[in-house]
Amino acid sequence: MSDRRATSPFFLQEIEEASGQKVRVCYQCGKCSAGCPVAYAMDLLPSQVLRLVQLGLKDEVLSSTTIWLCASCETCSTRCPREIEIVKVMDALRQRARREGYATHAREVPIFVRTFLRNIERFGRIYEAALVGSYNLSSGHLTKDFDKAPLMLLKRKLALLPPRVSGVGEVRKLFKRVEEIEEQ
Amino acid sequence: MKLAFYPGCSLESSAKEYGDSTLLVARSLGIDLEEIPDWICCGSTPAHMSSKLLSVTLSAYNLIAARKIGAEAVVVSCASCYSRLKSANHEIRSDASVRAKVEKALGATYDGSIKVMHMLELVNKQIEEKGLEEKIRRRLKGLKVASYYGCLLVRPPEVMDFDDPEDPQMLDRLVEALGAEPVEWRYKVECCGAALAFSQSEIVLKLGGEILEDAKESGADLVLVACPLCHSNLDLRQRNIEKYTGLDLELPILYFTQLLGLALGYSAGKLGLGKHMISPIPVLKKRGIQA
Repeated sequence: MSDRRATSPFFLQEIEEASGQKVRVCYQCGKCSAGCPVAYAMDLLPSQVLRLVQLGLKDEVLSSTTIWLCASCETCSTRCPREIEIVKVMDALRQRARREGYATHAREVPIFVRTFLRNIERFGRIYEAALVGSYNLSSGHLTKDFDKAPLMLLKRKLALLPPRVSGVGEVRKLFKRVEEIEEQ
Repeated sequence: MKLAFYPGCSLESSAKEYGDSTLLVARSLGIDLEEIPDWICCGSTPAHMSSKLLSVTLSAYNLIAARKIGAEAVVVSCASCYSRLKSANHEIRSDASVRAKVEKALGATYDGSIKVMHMLELVNKQIEEKGLEEKIRRRLKGLKVASYYGCLLVRPPEVMDFDDPEDPQMLDRLVEALGAEPVEWRYKVECCGAALAFSQSEIVLKLGGEILEDAKESGADLVLVACPLCHSNLDLRQRNIEKYTGLDLELPILYFTQLLGLALGYSAGKLGLGKHMISPIPVLKKRGIQA
């Protein structure tokens, strides 16, 4: 029986270019999947992601939870006998998935990533109280981690006021310039 | 050598005690640290997940600011910031097109040459060169410590070049130098899932549970860390971990600068030991250590 899944012939090459990693040299030893602390929660194992990229099965990779659940712990990169920095491949896949609007069951992760970066853009440094608040609003998990706030406040581990960075205007410009350079 | 200090966001808020204890022990050991004026967030994991250029640019901004005050090296206590700043240098040095884009975004030149050091490296250097014997005011004899390195201090080894990535020793050497006892355990370099702490909390509770269960089984009185994100997952969320796993843990998590500070004679209050959710005081008392 033939496999009818649609392949994208340039996908491997594009991901290799975006990540700077030679995905083609992966020989499926499975070391990355064996050592991955989050593999148990993923819909594709890290080694399967690499195989699907080699085969050009773009939709399956970009809609997987794996690319978002990867915690960037670098255990796989450290142990890969083919010296593939798998986190960089995952980064390239996440960026591609977002650009092309792929939905994921692990939707909270990209929401958090976006919220975190907006927080830096706005304040220059992370303002934790606002980070938790805006993440909860965007993700719909409204009261998440609120149980920790009273004790943290009591122990003065949670700043109520935003950080003061005099170069915050410069930070906003940096975000803008990075975006412009990337669009070129 | 003039040293700049990059605290990073956590050390100003949820990990204030790590920042304070870093500065205290630095002073005691005669290490002069000058905070980088108007430093900004390094972007941590979310930045590199979204854009390599953004990630390297945010870090390089801080490295250039350190160079402006005449520093030859930047000292960092947060493992995540350390990893980002060091990776930025690596990217800039190894890829001319990345360097060109970063310089364009920053409107400044930067060759990736300022040295980035973790505070733990400085402490280890002191142990190697001069030893700590003379400075120790409080013996930590009998205290059993599980050294937890996590991910970003040691990985990826080509970039971090920090210690053995599978069996690092820097924290263990410090524990020994303080007269305490390092325990052998299996989870010293396993990931706690910090990048997913907000967005996938169940994963973090499971990973944290495995790490703490192994530390407990190894007979450790406490777990020693060098990262504010590890600390927050293992201490701030420990009650949630207990609930999720059904384990009875009650395992204090200390920053290495706090344990070192104790040995140097600082009080529990000065070191911010009261800021932890799981108090280390009972276990210290049990081992006859008056904090």
